[in-house]
Amino acid sequence: MIVEFGHFALILGFAVALFQATVPLWGAIRGDAVLARLGVQAALVHFALLALAFAALTHAYLVSDFSVLNVFQNSHSLKPLIYKWSGVWGNHEGSMLLWVLILALFGAGVAVFSKRLPDDMLGATLGIQGLIASAFCAFLIFASNPFLRMPNPPIEGRDLNPVLQDPGLAIHPPLLYLGYVGFSIVFSFAAAALVLGRVDAAFARMIRPWTLAAWITLTLGIAMGSYWAYYELGWGGYWFWDPVENASLMPWLTGTALLHSAIVLEKREALKTWTILLAVVTFSLSLLGTFLVRSGVLTSVHAFAVDPERGLFILLILIAFIGGSFALFAARASALQGGGLFAPVSREGALVFNNLFLSVASLAVFVGTLYPLLLEALTGAKISVGPPFFNLTAVPLMVPLFLAIPFGQKLAWKRGDLLGAGQRLWICMVLGVVGAAISAYAAGGGPVLALAGIGLGIFLVLGALDDLLERALRGGTGMILARIRAIPQSITAMALAHAGAGLMVIGISATAFETEKIAAMKPGETLALDGYTLRLEGIGPVTGPNYNAIAADFSLRDPSGAELARLRPAKRVYIGRQMPTSEVGRYRHGLSEIYIAIGETSDGQHVDLRAYHKPYVLLIWLGPLLMSIGGILSLLDRRLRIGVPARRARLRPEPAE
Amino acid sequence: MRHLLGLLLAAALFATPALAVRPGEQLPDAAQENRARKLSAELRCLVCQNQSIDDSDAPLAVDLRRIVRERIQAGDSDATIRDFLVARYGAFVLLRPPVSGQTILLWSLPALALALGGFTAWRLFRRRPEEVAGDPEERLSPEEQAELRALIERQGRGGPAS
Repeated sequence: MIVEFGHFALILGFAVALFQATVPLWGAIRGDAVLARLGVQAALVHFALLALAFAALTHAYLVSDFSVLNVFQNSHSLKPLIYKWSGVWGNHEGSMLLWVLILALFGAGVAVFSKRLPDDMLGATLGIQGLIASAFCAFLIFASNPFLRMPNPPIEGRDLNPVLQDPGLAIHPPLLYLGYVGFSIVFSFAAAALVLGRVDAAFARMIRPWTLAAWITLTLGIAMGSYWAYYELGWGGYWFWDPVENASLMPWLTGTALLHSAIVLEKREALKTWTILLAVVTFSLSLLGTFLVRSGVLTSVHAFAVDPERGLFILLILIAFIGGSFALFAARASALQGGGLFAPVSREGALVFNNLFLSVASLAVFVGTLYPLLLEALTGAKISVGPPFFNLTAVPLMVPLFLAIPFGQKLAWKRGDLLGAGQRLWICMVLGVVGAAISAYAAGGGPVLALAGIGLGIFLVLGALDDLLERALRGGTGMILARIRAIPQSITAMALAHAGAGLMVIGISATAFETEKIAAMKPGETLALDGYTLRLEGIGPVTGPNYNAIAADFSLRDPSGAELARLRPAKRVYIGRQMPTSEVGRYRHGLSEIYIAIGETSDGQHVDLRAYHKPYVLLIWLGPLLMSIGGILSLLDRRLRIGVPARRARLRPEPAE
Repeated sequence: MRHLLGLLLAAALFATPALAVRPGEQLPDAAQENRARKLSAELRCLVCQNQSIDDSDAPLAVDLRRIVRERIQAGDSDATIRDFLVARYGAFVLLRPPVSGQTILLWSLPALALALGGFTAWRLFRRRPEEVAGDPEERLSPEEQAELRALIERQGRGGPAS
């Protein structure tokens, strides 16, 4: 009964979305404030209905209602509670429902927090958000319905894919979707601005909190996914340039560019068309990612449901929205006049530089991901574009970008002074080189590129912090505390985010210094690893709630011989799907890790293993974490949170004729 | 989940997704083994979902790793080994597609985009004042300008700032 209730709520939500897509939009275009304002109620009701539908599906999972096809296919009564819960979005239909729920959440967010927007802007934005929601509700109901019942309910479910039974799954997809789908509202704002022909500083302020919110969650989502791959896959890799990873990286790159270009629009009313274009492109790339993952056109470890009918449905949505928005852009962009002038060496110039490199990097990822598909479709030739391509194109593009960050932070608006900015930065540069030299000495040499990367990372971190230091010390050493307190929160936020980028660069460069040992060991044997000693104490079976496993028991000793930890990497076989997974054993010291994965243990006498010492590996994820913290700080800056300076473009209700 | 929601497929293909290069496969000569690892990382496991043969546990990947190591021990250069594998499996096996008529666009598009973007940015900097619409103030509607004047006056009289 609850399932039918949820199904009904979903269909009703679709109907409300259709209303939201038409009436407020019509009101905004016709200048009817009453109709435009109806978008607020529609968005809230739509969100409430989708939340009910989602709650109903969650309930079906929690009580293991196997008469629901989706629950039967993806759940198991023995599954731990947290995975019953997270399993709701561990499959195509359920995750699509989450997708639409988040779409509705952002619409409702605008309805609640942006009441001070001009009526027509609010109506048009919510109307376009409703248009997107209608398309995806239709997709959900007609092609991916999670509420379908089975006529003869089986007694037990097929279980969730074992690699997905991990706490990471509970957090990773919702975060990623909040980011992906969050850009929808920025898209809606941009399309509304195009429809109404009004793009100004106020527009930049309107989209700022939403862009930031989407960017923060996308950053966290990607970092979380990368960390999960690191410990769950057992390769110790953190980024594979897999098409689905690329699909999330592309909107992140353009979204980051958007975050920066919107600053120029807000402060100087310049880069109008470009900012609008970025808003449109970012959400288009999110849609493209959804299509790539769910249509089966990609061969990827992530590929979801391989179903051509669904693929075609999403492709049509994709063409309609991307084509429509670009047509709108082409028709209206010329009406947007560019704003203030600025010299190449200026804050604006630095932000243009940032946008250039971020967009070209995104394009390189785009080309590398889609080129093989297009080439095969057009000529039938099959080629592979793998990690070496991206390492040769997208990665080098990041180097000038990172080098420019500390300078950009110090340049003034309109016309900056590069020499003046460099005056303090040369100390940071020297310290970067010193840091690289120390690493080279400690590691006994090392690849030049990796050493340069470490130097670059240190330069970035110090350059970001120096900006704060300079502000604190400006005008003498007295009253430092008062001056530190006076630093605007958004400046601190920027410094933290840029320092985060530096930490990530250091972490990635440090992977060149990792040690890998591949060996077969018998119980009692030892393995030396960078001064640490691993001893295999035994191999034995382990029984979990819904799996059986063979675990190896290692003791880890430091150079003095003291035991640091027991590591128990294992191979699990899940009962529901008879599918093997591997659990790695990890020991953290400082920011570095010892990492062991085991392979074959068939004879029970010896075990094949891969053991790594990974110096400073945790920086790879701590960097993005710091970037997001910077984003959150910026979002909370009171000066910027206080509403958009309301333009008195409030429409008067038209008298009835 | 996006991450790996489909190891389902992958799992159907290989028995143990954990360990790729097995201890017994390694070459005794460390330099040769190093070369083999580097080369393997750029060769695609043809039956897998976007993995290199160095990362995969599929039987085909095991075979390919063995072939690569045999060839290295026989004294072949990296290029010869690549050519041999391309002759056998097609260009699909190479994760780094060689520059050719078919891939010239792939390799050149990022550079072209950078050049075009750089040129556009340069034009942006070269704009002259007369090409730019005037002061933001002048673009306000008459009512807005009146409101702005009123605001300025109010502040001048010591009213609440901002």
